[in-house]
Amino acid sequence: MSILEDTDAAAVAAAFVDARRAAGSPAMDMVMTMVIVVPEDVAEDALHAARDASKEHPSRRLGVILGSKRGPSRIDADIKAGSGTTGERALMRLTGEVVEHPESVVLPLLLPDSPVVVWWPTAAPEDPASDPLGRLGSRRITDAAQAPRARSKALLTQCHSYAPGNTDLAWTRITPWRALLATAMDDVEEKVRAISVSAEHVSPSADLLGAWLTDRLKAPVTRKRSRGPGITEVVLTTRSGDIRVSRKDGRLATLSVPGQPDRPVALRRRGIVELLTEELRRLDPDDVYAATVRRLRRDAARSQGAG
Amino acid sequence: MSRNPLRDPNDRRLPAVAGPCGMVIFGVTGDLARKKLMPAVYDLANRGLLPPGFSLVGFARRDWEDQDFAQVVHDAVKEHARTEFREEVWDQLAEGVRFVPGNFDDDEAFDRLRQTIHELDELRGTRGNHAFYLSIPPRFFGDVIGKLKKHGLAEERPGTWRRVVIEKPFGHDLASARELNDVLSEVFPAESVFRIDHYLGKETVQNILAMRFANMMFEPLWNSNYVDHVQITMAEDIGIGGRAGYYDGIGAARDVIQNHLLQLLALTAMEEPTSFDARSLRIEKLKVLESVTLPRRLDRATARGQYAAGWAGGVKVPGYHEEPDIPADSRTETYAALRLEVDNRRWSGVPFYLRTGKRLGRRVTEVAIQFKRAPHLPFRREATETLGANALVVRVQPDEGVTLRFGSKVPGTHMEIRDVNMDFAYGGSFTEASPEAYERLILDVLLGEPPLFPRHEEVEQSWRILDPVMEHWAERGKPELYPAGTWGPASSDAMLARDGRAWRRP
Ligand SMILES: NC(=O)c1ccc[n+]([C@@H]2O[C@H](COP(=O)([O-])OP(=O)(O)OC[C@H]3O[C@@H](n4cnc5c(N)ncnc54)[C@H](OP(=O)(O)O)[C@@H]3O)[C@@H](O)[C@H]2O)c1
Repeated sequence: MSILEDTDAAAVAAAFVDARRAAGSPAMDMVMTMVIVVPEDVAEDALHAARDASKEHPSRRLGVILGSKRGPSRIDADIKAGSGTTGERALMRLTGEVVEHPESVVLPLLLPDSPVVVWWPTAAPEDPASDPLGRLGSRRITDAAQAPRARSKALLTQCHSYAPGNTDLAWTRITPWRALLATAMDDVEEKVRAISVSAEHVSPSADLLGAWLTDRLKAPVTRKRSRGPGITEVVLTTRSGDIRVSRKDGRLATLSVPGQPDRPVALRRRGIVELLTEELRRLDPDDVYAATVRRLRRDAARSQGAG
Repeated sequence: MSRNPLRDPNDRRLPAVAGPCGMVIFGVTGDLARKKLMPAVYDLANRGLLPPGFSLVGFARRDWEDQDFAQVVHDAVKEHARTEFREEVWDQLAEGVRFVPGNFDDDEAFDRLRQTIHELDELRGTRGNHAFYLSIPPRFFGDVIGKLKKHGLAEERPGTWRRVVIEKPFGHDLASARELNDVLSEVFPAESVFRIDHYLGKETVQNILAMRFANMMFEPLWNSNYVDHVQITMAEDIGIGGRAGYYDGIGAARDVIQNHLLQLLALTAMEEPTSFDARSLRIEKLKVLESVTLPRRLDRATARGQYAAGWAGGVKVPGYHEEPDIPADSRTETYAALRLEVDNRRWSGVPFYLRTGKRLGRRVTEVAIQFKRAPHLPFRREATETLGANALVVRVQPDEGVTLRFGSKVPGTHMEIRDVNMDFAYGGSFTEASPEAYERLILDVLLGEPPLFPRHEEVEQSWRILDPVMEHWAERGKPELYPAGTWGPASSDAMLARDGRAWRRP
């Protein structure tokens, strides 16, 4: 690890090359740059998660901590590359005036040609695609469930500013639910007439799951409150009975389909590394997410109009 | 079936989960079942790729109850699974675990198997879809297949499927491969027979196709204008271990060249398929295998050896003849190499050298495309003295990836050009997305997607190629000895030297 105090992007870039050379392999087999915009207290955790996800997608990881705008402009960086990690990383702390221009620090450090992913592990800008750092990326990842303020509104805010390439980890979290529900519906010929999704009070994932189901199945959705953890039950009502997935403990679910035996299905809540890994697998816009976001926005506007 | 509104081809996050089904494994006490198959089933469940209600039936000559077998599966999974052990995944699987005790000639046992499967259809919703995995010595394939037929286990009712999975070896020559196929095809249609070649489940093997056909810059060079020759190597550093019964009398050529190396050759040499579906791939693979010819002088174009005691990687190891249960006069080769030609426009005059062996220098599998030297070098002769030919190496295992070897100027004042390597390794091998080959293959069996499985026609072609070599060797006495831990017998090096070439040190 090398520590650079009061530095700039050129020195960070040189440190990357030095570290790689010192490790004896100047070749780069990294496939993307990941920019992680993160507060100091969770920076290490976030960079570790990004490193683990990097095993599947070797990347250059640039952590950016935007500090106080007061005082003289200054950048401090610590850099790890070469031995014992895949890809390489720099964690950069910005203070003073440069906080207003973080893209000028990151731009020279992007890998040539390769895609750029920007991830906000906690607080995210209201409009990631027009954020100075967000603009550098073709993929922008937010996490409404980790928003430090106004958590119940965070997802809707992201939906309103949706731009192709944006996704929220609340969406990633429900992939196993969606996969299971899709599998359950493979054998169902009938139309679903009503949908209900039960989850803890604030659950952006439940909101997205409801929106996806109602968008695909063209049936009304009811959002029910439970004690969690996370999503606890989804019921799809058809003429011949309910298709039900219920999960009380955040681990093991029971699938019930009319005319078929009940079956246990592992449906664990996944950790951040798995979520990131899934996100990084595709770097093009997620059309299904876009449609779901549109639906959520419309339904929210309608319910507001009604209420 | 009506369209499922929750499915959308644009929804690329949703994994391909197999429809309702179960798997019956014959030979669950065996090595393969414990170390590979049962762990792979668990790993698939852990990744959410098995259908709810998936059921696993074990069949073996043991006096076990369902719970005893469940314990066996549990232990195998704990010890050998690739992904983390999780109680909830185990709970999901365990409910569908059943055991049927019996011998392969036991009608009563097969009747119980039929009942068990029927019960699973009721209790677990497997809906009549079952795969039979024959993880047993090949001489019993006939018995088991016969019993499956007799007890109606192979019958597909409308809307259901029955599939059979067999492991190599697929016969030991052309005649026996045909016999085996006759047995199979009498009971199962060709598209229901899955021949497992676990090599073809490896990421890198599929990557050969991606590299060749998704890029612009390799394919123009991929022919006799630029390629001097191709070397396909599968080397093992281990000996035969405790597998004398399986290995002796079979040998390196039948064990490895017939299937893995010829399949690698096919993927390397074939023309572009019209699409990536199973049928198009098969057509191209078969076409190129049909173009493969053996040189006329087999004594000059083949080599074989047997490892002698020696030091391998700092450890003193016994020779083949000292391994347990190997007869003192065994002539089984543990090293085999041969030169093949592909008689078509693209490859005319480009030899393909194949080699495999046990107790070689290190464990490695790779396909190396060796290019011709540049026709003219505008440098002083001394400048290019250490410059070799360009090479593109697809590393299949370990450390999967691609190496490009080319000349570059040595930094300094003189003009001096030397070979350098450019390496690419895509990610670590511990990640979810880089599954163990058996996971991929079992999932493909359950999904009914056969692109990675060789069909009988390919197996026949490979025996057509290999049979004359085996006959030639059978008339020629003993294989040449090579010290364990080295790169094989001298005759193999001589075989390349005669062509003015040399084996790469992989
Ligand atoms: N292991 C490998 O690395 C490997 C590699 C390539 C191909 N294969 C192929 O994979 C298959 C299984 O390999 P393996 O290594 O697991 O073989 P294995 O360890 O010899 O196991 C064979 C299984 O067959 C059973 N069996 C043998 N004779 C039987 C009989 N007369 N009646 C009932 N059961 C009998 C054994 O049960 P008992 O315990 O009761 O004897 C055992 O469960 C074979 O087709 C082999 O050619 C294996």
